[in-house]
Amino acid sequence: MAWTWFHRLGSPPYIYALAARLTPWFAWPAAVLTIVGLYAGLVLAPPDYQQGDGYRIIYVHVPSAWMSLMVYTTMAVSAAIGLIWRIKVAHAVAASCAAMGATFTFAALVTGSLWGAPMWGTYWEWDPRLVSELILLFLFLGYMGLRSAIDDVQRADRISAVLAIVGVINVPIIHFSVEWWNSLHQTSSVFRRAGPAMPMSMLLPLLTMFVAFTLMFAALLLTRLRAEVLSRERSASWIREVVSA
Amino acid sequence: MSVSEFFAMGGYARYVWPSYALVLAAIVLNIVWARRALKRARLEARRRVAMKDAT
Repeated sequence: MAWTWFHRLGSPPYIYALAARLTPWFAWPAAVLTIVGLYAGLVLAPPDYQQGDGYRIIYVHVPSAWMSLMVYTTMAVSAAIGLIWRIKVAHAVAASCAAMGATFTFAALVTGSLWGAPMWGTYWEWDPRLVSELILLFLFLGYMGLRSAIDDVQRADRISAVLAIVGVINVPIIHFSVEWWNSLHQTSSVFRRAGPAMPMSMLLPLLTMFVAFTLMFAALLLTRLRAEVLSRERSASWIREVVSA
Repeated sequence: MSVSEFFAMGGYARYVWPSYALVLAAIVLNIVWARRALKRARLEARRRVAMKDAT
């Protein structure tokens, strides 16, 4: 009885309809919060006493990096669920994540580079945090390449799932790299045991961007999932109802 | 704060604005991609249904 919701989540027509209904509830708050967060970060937040206005890159860099880790973790967990319980929808979720993950990992790397140039004096350094994030980009690209190289969807699901699961080891490495190794990159200033190391006026725009990016990820994922579910179901009768509507 | 001061970003304009532009581009690109994927999947599904009806 308690598991009926779980079984329903594995049903493609139910997921398709649910995703369609939920998307605007994530998309619109994400759009509003992104605008609010960007305005607050660029205008309302005070300049940093050391980095002046240069630190404002944080409001796009950190949310992008957070997005890259969130997308990868979602991809790996749903790939594992798909592999272990043989749930097709879970594989579809994993497949929907990759391109999003790759773009935001790339954005995190380049904005970090643009931040490093004036503050560290270099665009790139072979530093643990930077290298592990670069590996994350290669994991996303590798996952996409692997999928596109295999014609049979179910085989692609299984093989790419193994890659996604093995690669998840990189997620804690990225997060803790700044503590485990002597890194040029600063340690976390938000998610730390002693609480955020920022004044509220700087922290609030960042938290707004966090929420905005999380909601945006949900909206994008739901849209891509619908496309994925639709293209995977070859002959199901529910598709007839969906496309004729 | 004047408008030109705002755009100057305290001398960091050449680092701040490309960063914001890139992330905004990533957002827009992902929205376009996701919508296009859904549109394409719907068109393809419609074609499959039509083909099945024809046979």
